[in-house]
Amino acid sequence: MWVLLLPALVPVLIFSVGPLLYGISLAFTDAESGRNHVTSFAGLDNFAALLGDDDFWQSMQVGMIWAVSVTALQFLASLGLALLLNERLALRGVARVLAMVPWAMPPVVIGLMWRLVYHPDAGIVNSTLGTDINWLADFTWALPAVIVMGVWSGMPQTTVVLLAGLQTVPRELYEAGAMDGAGTWRRFWNITLPQLRPVIVAITSLDFVWNFNQFSLVYVLTQGGPGGRTRLPMLFAYEEAFRYGFFGYAAALGVAIVVVVLALLGVYLWRQLREAS
Amino acid sequence: MRRIPQYAALLVYLVFLGFPLVWLLSTALKTPQEMASLDPAWIPREPTLANFAAAFGEQDLVGAGLRSLVVALASAFLTVAVALPAAYALARYQGVLKRIALGWVLVSQVFPFILIIIPLFMVMRELDLVNTLAGLVAVHVTFTLPFALWMLQGYVRSVPRELEEAASVDGAGRMRAIVSVVAPLLAPGVVATLLFSFISSWNEFLFALVVLKDPDVMTLPLTLVRFTGPEGVARLGPLAAASLMATIPSLIFFAIIQRRLRSGLMAGAVKG
Repeated sequence: MWVLLLPALVPVLIFSVGPLLYGISLAFTDAESGRNHVTSFAGLDNFAALLGDDDFWQSMQVGMIWAVSVTALQFLASLGLALLLNERLALRGVARVLAMVPWAMPPVVIGLMWRLVYHPDAGIVNSTLGTDINWLADFTWALPAVIVMGVWSGMPQTTVVLLAGLQTVPRELYEAGAMDGAGTWRRFWNITLPQLRPVIVAITSLDFVWNFNQFSLVYVLTQGGPGGRTRLPMLFAYEEAFRYGFFGYAAALGVAIVVVVLALLGVYLWRQLREAS
Repeated sequence: MRRIPQYAALLVYLVFLGFPLVWLLSTALKTPQEMASLDPAWIPREPTLANFAAAFGEQDLVGAGLRSLVVALASAFLTVAVALPAAYALARYQGVLKRIALGWVLVSQVFPFILIIIPLFMVMRELDLVNTLAGLVAVHVTFTLPFALWMLQGYVRSVPRELEEAASVDGAGRMRAIVSVVAPLLAPGVVATLLFSFISSWNEFLFALVVLKDPDVMTLPLTLVRFTGPEGVARLGPLAAASLMATIPSLIFFAIIQRRLRSGLMAGAVKG
């Protein structure tokens, strides 16, 4: 058994597991991009430096605001859409197709498209609202503007999963609810939501991880500007590694992000499990 | 009557989901003169296809499109070649190793790219693969592999083991059984995984950004981002046109596999 299994798994180890373990180990070294730099073990120095780095704290704060609001808004918007798509409405097909499009689009095109939407002169937002704001360069508006794009681009996956979840709710439950005289709202609150719970927990967890690790969309839209207001942790890590060449430091940042994400997920899943039981 | 609020809500969704797409299309169809006007309109006053021609006229973009195609094809076939034996093994054999491997697929989703790209970059620098398409292919295989493995082992599991055993009983060897019985049944799943890997590579931006520094080797997403130069507004039309064209391959392939992808995501989400 083992003999047959191993050759098949070796390429996976080389391509997938190996780099990650190597990457994690770099977090405990002072690796730099310079070819002549001799890498040596640095213990927890990188992590100590992170804790004292204001840019790190700013990017974690931006990352939290971004990931929590995008995940929450995505969930609410997608739940609404999934409920509508689950009804027999005309135009349902159009909405279904339209809701899937962002999933297929290259993130770069999504970013460029929203740059056109937010463009201060040639964009549609200013001319529709009658405002004169340079959305993506404004200290107040840049992050909200980026969050709207984040919600838009992540709706397909969330909607699809919630819709599939809705379709597994047994019809008899609704019939029983209707006989007991429960209205639409009561049925939603007492039947749909509890039945959907495992699906909701799974997809919001996944969304949160994806959003926290987001890079391309925001990089194309703002490059982290203005003044770091939209610099997500991954943009910060990219700059440290490939603009300034601090590989060890960036790897430590990556490890710190994994720890934070896993800790948050752990608390979230634990609370959900406790409430469910 | 009850339907009215529902239709109103659906309309809001259609507007929210559709307006950026309409705006992209509208920008692609506008003349440079109209782009420069201070009062942008939804519907172009004189719709033109000149922007599409202009995008094709850009040597950079056509070359980048071809390079993206080569990278995406190579990544897709290599990913499936690496994933298929592993997927077969994982789906057919039980045991600790299997659970570890599938757990790995899920866990790998949590790790940020930076922990993968830095070591890969360092290895590639040693092998002189930075700034080469071959290097980018290797990175794309790495990052597509976990999900491809997940998809494929699901398809292998859906081929009943009994069929394979029946073929063996009839005197076919294990390999014959796999080639003549399992392979045809697995073909649709393999195609779906190929298309998925192709889209992932075609759309991918971040790894390309790290690996490819020289404009002469850049793939399409990188070239698109570089496209808006200091000329500003005048180039937005061709940029929009090129963006639309860059989306077409993904959109077509996605339409073909979306049903399978949906069930794959569903399985992943529920089991995760």
